[in-house]
This record gives sequence, structure tokens and C-alpha cells, in this order.
Amino acid sequence: MEKTFNNKAWFMVLPVVLLVAFSAVVPLMTVVNYSVQDTFGNNQFFWAGLQWFEEVLTSERLHDALIRQFIFSAVILALEIPLGIAVSLCIPKRGVWSSFCLVLMALPLLIPWNVVGTIWQIFGRVDIGLLGATMAALGIDYNYTQNAAHAWITIVVMDVWHWTSLVALLCFAGLQSIPDAYYQAAKIDGAGRWKIFRYIELPKMNRVLLIAVLLRFMDSFMIYTEPFVVTGGGPGNSTTLLSIDLVKIALGQFDLGPAAAFSIIYFLIILLLSWVFYTVMTNYGKGEGR
Amino acid sequence: MTLTLENVTKTSGRETHIHPVSMTLERGSLNVLLGPTLSGKTTLMRLMAGLDKPSSGRVLWDGKDVTGVRVQDRNVAMVYQQFINYPALSVYDNIASPMRLKKVDAATIDRKVKEAAGLMKLGHLLDRKPLELSGGQQQRTALARALVKGADLVLMDEPLANLDYKLREELRVEIPKIFEESGAIFVYATTEPHEALLLGGNTATLWEGRVTQFGPTPVVYRQPGTMTTARVFSDPPMNFIAVAKAGNRLLFGEGQSTAAAGSLAALPDGRYTAGFRPNHVRLNRPEGETLNFRVRVAVTEITGSETFVHADHGEDRWVALRHGVRDLEIGSAIDVFVEPQHVYVFGTDGALVAAAAYAAAA
Amino acid sequence: MAKITLSNLAHAYRPNPQSRSDFALKQMDHVWDDGGAYALLGPSGCGKTTLLNIISGLLIPSQGKVLFGEVDVTRLPTEQRNIAQVFQFPVVYDTMTVYDNLAFPLRNRGTEAHLVDARVRDIARMLGMTDVLGKKAQGLTADAKQKISLGRGMVREDVSAILFDEPLTVIDPHMKWELRTQLKALHREFGHTMIYVTHDQTEALTFADKVVVMYDGEVVQMGTPADLFERPAHTFVGYFIGSPGMNVLPAKIDGASAYIEGCQIPLSRHYSGLETAKTVEIGCRPEFLTLTDRPDGLPVQVRRVEDVGRLKIVRADFFGREVNIIAPEGASISDRQNRVVFDPARINVYADSWIVEGKAA
Repeated sequence: MEKTFNNKAWFMVLPVVLLVAFSAVVPLMTVVNYSVQDTFGNNQFFWAGLQWFEEVLTSERLHDALIRQFIFSAVILALEIPLGIAVSLCIPKRGVWSSFCLVLMALPLLIPWNVVGTIWQIFGRVDIGLLGATMAALGIDYNYTQNAAHAWITIVVMDVWHWTSLVALLCFAGLQSIPDAYYQAAKIDGAGRWKIFRYIELPKMNRVLLIAVLLRFMDSFMIYTEPFVVTGGGPGNSTTLLSIDLVKIALGQFDLGPAAAFSIIYFLIILLLSWVFYTVMTNYGKGEGR
Repeated sequence: MTLTLENVTKTSGRETHIHPVSMTLERGSLNVLLGPTLSGKTTLMRLMAGLDKPSSGRVLWDGKDVTGVRVQDRNVAMVYQQFINYPALSVYDNIASPMRLKKVDAATIDRKVKEAAGLMKLGHLLDRKPLELSGGQQQRTALARALVKGADLVLMDEPLANLDYKLREELRVEIPKIFEESGAIFVYATTEPHEALLLGGNTATLWEGRVTQFGPTPVVYRQPGTMTTARVFSDPPMNFIAVAKAGNRLLFGEGQSTAAAGSLAALPDGRYTAGFRPNHVRLNRPEGETLNFRVRVAVTEITGSETFVHADHGEDRWVALRHGVRDLEIGSAIDVFVEPQHVYVFGTDGALVAAAAYAAAA
Repeated sequence: MAKITLSNLAHAYRPNPQSRSDFALKQMDHVWDDGGAYALLGPSGCGKTTLLNIISGLLIPSQGKVLFGEVDVTRLPTEQRNIAQVFQFPVVYDTMTVYDNLAFPLRNRGTEAHLVDARVRDIARMLGMTDVLGKKAQGLTADAKQKISLGRGMVREDVSAILFDEPLTVIDPHMKWELRTQLKALHREFGHTMIYVTHDQTEALTFADKVVVMYDGEVVQMGTPADLFERPAHTFVGYFIGSPGMNVLPAKIDGASAYIEGCQIPLSRHYSGLETAKTVEIGCRPEFLTLTDRPDGLPVQVRRVEDVGRLKIVRADFFGREVNIIAPEGASISDRQNRVVFDPARINVYADSWIVEGKAA
């Protein structure tokens, strides 16, 4: 529905168009440029066609990183979404305690990402970290720098600690919008706690859950700082996720061509998956509750 | 000053919200848009205001094309179903706000605000904030703001729908009185036929995006051009029965018939639908010629002064509205009577072929 | 099902209420019959919602008791009161089908499947929803959703009462007719005790056997629709019921005559003992006033005539006050009709706003 027919309004959008052009489109085109050329330094470039794409797509290294990335995102979603919903259900609906809980929940979100990494890096260290030392004292052999499983557990727990709040806050907002009449009706109908959740709260949270899943998926798929600070991708390549691998290629080895091709493929994967998520969840929403 | 719509339509995608509408609204007239929810009342208002651009057709002000002119550049005021005021401003400042935007001098503002507040019975509340007021007072504030704006076109979209019944009744009487004098064009949307009748003026009946009829309110009520208009403009709904015309008689079944007089005489023989309003259905046999139907009582509703008798005639549900308290046994068979002068006849396409004789006289 | 007793009931939202005006609900004693249809009618802020919340268990009253049958439920939470409620906005379980919505209250209480099925189909038939039983509730229109809410209230046979909180607010006028008659039919068929809260007199009067008119936290009259119409106990009832409401005019009463500005109006009853009252008024409904050109009436001047279809409302000036007169549809009103005649049998006399019973003259 058009609200106004004044074309002057387009001039208002111009600054944003320019900003987006310089901040997103131009760098992206540079990357595309790199991805189809080769260089041996001295700013001399040769046409390489789709060679880098072929190389990257067939490389075992990318496949492994991709699989690790999928496992990581899947685990993150499987933990954070149910946990976030559960936490949101426990927050008091109104009053002082409600505000208190909300502030408390928001705290982890305010910490810069590299600080989160550093906190956990130290926290888990066997020599000086509280967690590591406690584990050692309990006789549990825990060492995330040597044991791949331990490294994984550490970065997953760290991410859950950091981001579950976001899911919980979103869900809480969704819960707040449910009129009291629904709860009263459910009580009158003799519904128990589980049924109230299943037939009222969950359907009414549908929209915010979609947003939460999308945000968490995209974020976790692009995660770099925190695991890099904690494990540096190790031990071995065990926690080398896609973005860490990308940085290794681009900056560690300075292979600009493959790195650019890698970036574009990475970008397309995220775009595709986000679209799939969105479509699936909105269609589910149509069939079920809103 | 007139507002003219010329073949105005509104479509979005494959959906048609407004089928071609042509109508002219005169200066100082009160025009009611009557139709159920989603019949297109709000869309039509938005087109009149210039909030939306018609998909085709033209909107003219005094014959001048204003189709593409923005709402800000037209002198339009709008009142909505929700009470919309500036929550941070006092009632006084709320009412004054449109004049302040126009840079009217302070003395004039003061005079006009007090005048409007007096009319809307808000004089003692000018210092309050809208949220400290009752719903009726909030809506009166919004109405006062529309009033002082001195707009050429005032649009009201079900302004009383969220108010208490009794308050609605009072404002319904006041609104036409107040706005009559300002000389603007008024458009008032409602879902209630009774409200349209109380407001008077002109009525346009809407049904599924079509304006089915437009004219003086009593005329539209008494001479509906189609069955659709009759249905929209009837509360309780009009009663219908299938009839046949054979020669100079109109046959109602059950051995009931009446002379096909007046405009009916010229109709070709065939099937028609007859309709009559609930208040013309009698429970006692009137003097003179009458049609007699046997019905089964389904429900009776008593309002104190009147009784609604819902009764089944074959497959059709009829309603009779009578004075006084009538306690009828549910499920019992009773006779109801309809005078031929109260019967409308519609063709198979739904168009009126003969208005009831009484309506032509009224 | 049970009768409902409100014993010595009152409620104030603030603690330690001192004066009468602190009470949102002033002290009341009422017994509502088992299987009756009651309407609580009044303007917003009259206390009807407070009373409903006390009955439904959302509020615990400051004083007094609520009994369902012989059981004191004053302090029981909603879910233990065995009631059903239909809200202003339709409350349905979106993800369930219509069938599952209707079955929900029964299934939650462990009713056997074949009994559930029979009852659900019965209710659906009464509501005319048999053909949409398999549909998801979400896609339905507001009135269909409200029917489901209604059905969920009806589906249990053993509820003490069904409460309605302005259930037709979001329903279009022409659908209101259908829902109202269905509600009536359901009440007749299943005989639940029903309490219906509304500000809409038409809904209240057409629905209820007994209408409870509330004003300023107090029940000003409880009676049949005909009582409220013909013998309003308080001038507020006269004003609130009927549209337009009753004409109320200050008058002097002497025996079987009322005097307004020196003009005599005959009454059908004999009144005495009104000397102590601060205000004395007569009330007469617009329906019982006749506009005429006969010389025996009282002088009026017609201001406006509103043609509302099946009747005409005449707004006239009577000694500086507005009176409303209802004339039949076909009546032609001319300037020569400048007199009004009151129907003596339909005039009520009010002292300090409350009705006074006269003696047969």
C-alpha cells in the first residue's frame, strides 16, 4: 500500500545508498575480483577464471571445516533454543524481580566478544583458571589445549553462556504479549502446565522463535573471535571452524585468490541456509499457530 | 465545495478492494458509509483523504483533479475508532495542535479551543492529560481537534465503536448537530444500520468493495435497489420468501396470494423473491388485505418494550419485531401476518423490481 | 450447576476503606437461581467487571462470601471453581482443530473418548459448526472463533456457571443476531446458569431472564426486562434502559396530579408523603408520549425529527428542557402539533431519584 506519491523521498534514501555501496558493495566486488585472479605480488594480477573455486570446492580442508561448522551450529541451536525458552518461562512476569532478571540476562550480551574469549580461555586453564583448577582438583583430567573433545565442550559452553540470554529475552518479549485471558481460559479448561506451554505459549512465541533461530544460526555460523581466542582452532584442526580457516588462508598463507573464492562460497552458504530456515519456519507458522 | 469520485478503484495484487465507485459529496453534507467489517469502508475513506492513491479513476475537489495530491496538502481531518491523541499534551494543547501547526494567533486559538471544548463538554478537563480521561472524553477530545481544524473534509471511521452504548447514543445525536454548522463534508463509517438512520444525511451502502447504493438515508432504507442493499441496511435482517408471478397474481405458496398491482402488473410471469422488514410482520391479523404464514417459533427476545420473535418458515429464518412483551412457547406453530403494502419484490438477479407501496408514500 | 449466593459482599481496591465511596463494589446480598440467565448491565466503571472477577475467582472480595450451591468458593482459585468463561476477545487454541478445541476441557478432565465425541458433536451441531470441525481454529473469522469459545464453555455439563464478559464486542452487528439467538437456544437446551456482563442494553435485555443494573458500584435494580422498562426503580435505570431513555422532569406532586410549571398532568395513582424529599421528578418513556394538536396537551416545540426507519424520534423543547417523543413510522409531523400528552398509567414518580409507589386512586 503506497502512502505517498512524492518522488522526492528518494533523495532521502541517497545517503544510505552511498553508504551501503561503499561499505558493502565495493568490498564485495573487490573480493569477487580477487577470486577470479592470481597474483605473485607487485600488484600484478592474472586472470585465473574459476580455478580458485574449483580448488576450494574440492579441498578436503574446506569440507572438514564445513562439517565442523555444521556440527557446531547444530549443537548451539539444539542447546540454546530450548534453554532460552526454559529460562524465559522462569522469569517473573512483572514486578521488581522481573526487571532484575532482565538486567542480569542482558549482562553477557554487553561483553565484547574477544573479552568473552579471554575470560573463558583463562577460566578453563588448568594452572590458574577456576574451572580448570577445580576440575583438576576433582581428579578430572580436563585440558582443552590437548584434548579435542574438551576444546569442543569449552567453546560450546562458552557460546551457550554468551548467547542463551538473547534467546531468553526474545522469548520473554513473546510471552509478555500473550493476554491474561488465555491463561485464565486454559486454567478454566483444566489445562496443566505442559498443555499451557504446548498450546498457548509455544504457538504465540512462534514469530520471535523464528527470529531467535535465524539470529543464532547466522551468528554461530560466522563465529570467529571467541573460539579463536580460546583454542586458536586447535588442538590440531579440531576446532578450526570456517571463519578461522578462512583467516588462516587469507592472512596466514596470504593466498588471496583461494581466500576470496572461499569467502564467496561461505557467503552463499549462509545466504542459502538462512533462506531455507526462513521459508521452512514461516510456512510452519502458517500451518500452525501465530 | 464538492468532493467527486470518478470511477475510482483500488486493487492490490490480484485482490480488488474497491470496485469502480462514482459519487459526489456536497458541502455541508453528512455521508454515512454503511457496511459490515471488511466491506471497504476504511479503504474508501483513505482514497477520499488522499492517504492512498486510487488504482484507477479520479478524485476531484470542486471539479479540480486532486488524485495525486498528498493528504498533507489537502485540508482533511480524520477521527479513528481508537482514541488517538497526543498523550504528552493536555486536552487544551491537543485541541490546539492543528491550529498551532497552521500558525494561528494565540487569541484565536484560545477562543476556538474553548468553543470546541464547550460543545464537546470538555470545558472542565482542559488541563488533564488524555490518559487521565475516560474513553468517551478521549474520543471527544479527538473530535474537538477535528472540529477546530476547520477541515474541508472530515472523515470518521467508526468513531463511537469503542464507547459505551449510552455514551454512543448521546454522541450520535451531538455529532451531526455540531458538524452541520461548520460546512465541511462529513463522511462517517459504521457497521450499524441503526446508527446510519440516527445520523440521517446520505448513506452509501457497501458490500464486498462495492457501493451498492448512495442517496438520502431514508430513501436508501425504504427503497433499497437490491437485495444486498436491503440486507446491509436492515437490523434485524429483512425476511425473504420465494414468490411466483402468474397473470395478475403474486403467489406466495400456502395458498397465499395478492394482486400484482402497480409496477408489479407490468412484470413478466416468473420467479421472484419477496422481502419484508421485521417490524412489518404482525402477530395479530390486521384489518384489510393480509398475507398469512404459518411459522414455528425458534427464539423470542424481549427488550422490555419490544419482542423479537425468531421463527422458521420452511428453510428460512424470519424475525418479527413487535411492541410489548410477547411470551410465545418455543417450538409452537403460530400465524404471522404481512400486509401486501409492506412487501418488496426482487428479481432473480437481486435487483428491486417493485418497492413496497408504503415506502413510495413515506 | 448451582445457584449463586452473594452474601454481604463488597470490595474496595485500596486497603482499609473508610467511606462508602472507597468501595468499587458496595455491599450487596443476592441469590441467583440455578439455571437462570442473568445480565450485569451498566456503564464502564459501574463495578460490573469487579463483580464478575469476584465470581470468577480473579479477585478476593474485601468482605463477604460467594457461594456456589452450598459451597463457599470465596477464596478458591478460578480453576477449582468449576466455571467456564467467555472473554471479550475470542480465546482459541490456534494450533488445534475446532474439534480439539471443543474437546479440550473434557479431555483435560479425563472424560472417555466416546463421551467426548458425542458431546463435541452435539455442541457443534447446536453452534452450526459441524462442517468446520476438522479445520484449524486459526484461520476462522472472529465470530466463528467466539463461537468456539462459547462451545468450550458449554461442553462440560457439570459447570456451576458460565460467565460472559462482553462477548459480542468484536462481532459485526448482523452476526450478533445469530450469536445471540444461538446463545439463547443453548441456554434453553443445556440449562447452565449464565452470567453475562455488558454495557449494551439490547444484549442484556434480550439475553437475560433477570437483568441486574449496576451504577456506581451498586445494584440499582434487578428485574425482568419488562420491569426495567415499565417500572425503573431509579431514574438512572430509566435513563440507561431504552433508547432514547426515559424523560425525567422535575415536578410537584399533589395527590393524583403532577404539576410542571403550573400545568397539570393527571396521574393514575395517588401519592403522598413526598414533602420530605429533596427532589421530586416524574418519569415517562418516549414511547408513552404522544404528539398532538389537541388543546388538552402540554405545550411543546418540536426541534428535530429523526427518521430511524421503523419509528420517528421527535426531539422537542418542553419548558426549556428536551423531551423525546416516539412516533410511529408513518406519522407525519407538522408544526401544528405543538402539544404533548402523557399516558397517565405510564408515569412513574421519583423522590430523590428512587421510585415511589402510589396508592390506587
